[in-house]
Amino acid sequence: MVDVIVFVISAVIVLGGGLGVVLNANPVHAALSLVASLFGVAVLFILQQAHFLALVQVVVYAGAIVVLFLFVIMLLGVDETEDLKHEPLPYQRPMALLAGGVLFVMIMGGLFLSGPGGSDGAVALTGQSAATAPMNSEDSNIVQLARDLFTRNILAFEATALLLTIATVGAVVLVRNQGGEDLVVDEPGTSVG
Amino acid sequence: MFLNQFLFLAAILFCIGVYGVLTRKNGVLVLMSIELILNAVNINLVAFGSFNQDIAGQVFALFIIAVAAAEVGVGLAIVLLIYRNRRSIDVSEADLLQG
Repeated sequence: MVDVIVFVISAVIVLGGGLGVVLNANPVHAALSLVASLFGVAVLFILQQAHFLALVQVVVYAGAIVVLFLFVIMLLGVDETEDLKHEPLPYQRPMALLAGGVLFVMIMGGLFLSGPGGSDGAVALTGQSAATAPMNSEDSNIVQLARDLFTRNILAFEATALLLTIATVGAVVLVRNQGGEDLVVDEPGTSVG
Repeated sequence: MFLNQFLFLAAILFCIGVYGVLTRKNGVLVLMSIELILNAVNINLVAFGSFNQDIAGQVFALFIIAVAAAEVGVGLAIVLLIYRNRRSIDVSEADLLQG
């Protein structure tokens, strides 16, 4: 019973944060909504006994990625709120709503018609079948994770290290200030020597 | 806990993210919406992992988080470059390839 309550609260936080990201005019508020959403997802991970993943979610996503977002927003000007009324493409917003709605209906159709348990997919939503359970293992979550990561997925693990290195070098090369031109600051009245 | 409530939540979050990618004009906010989509996928992976009693779902989610970090780094560098070249991060103005 407790886990259902926790699920409902964190689901509200996740969806509210998601809507905040999509609907907020101010980019900083959108980034803070993203933090709320990511924390909700971390709670959902804890609910499914994925403790290490919840930690990684908070440290990497809320700690590193959102800070990176905020840094770029700060660099590009905080006060540039988006005009939500202005539409360069005609009917972009209703068409996007339609696309999202159609996608949602299709996913729901797949879930209810052929979800886990075949035609019982809809039953699972009301709580009859297809239950998730914590891993029935002696080892803690992190031990299981490490064993799988360093045996079955060792090659993918090494490839991830390579990917992160390439991404870091690529990002630095992309934004490097070539030719020594002055950095342009968006605030008027300031200059960089 | 039941599998479908996680799938239901993830489906809603995924569609919110898709709506954000389609409507947002600020390049940084498009990248944030992509993060929402990736998080929806992570919820699904962990739920299926615990449904099948297999740790592989969590390992996969871990890889997705790592790839998302790399994607955000390069993506924000590109947004910064667009701003440097065009004085704007409005993605609807970056239409050089539109012919």
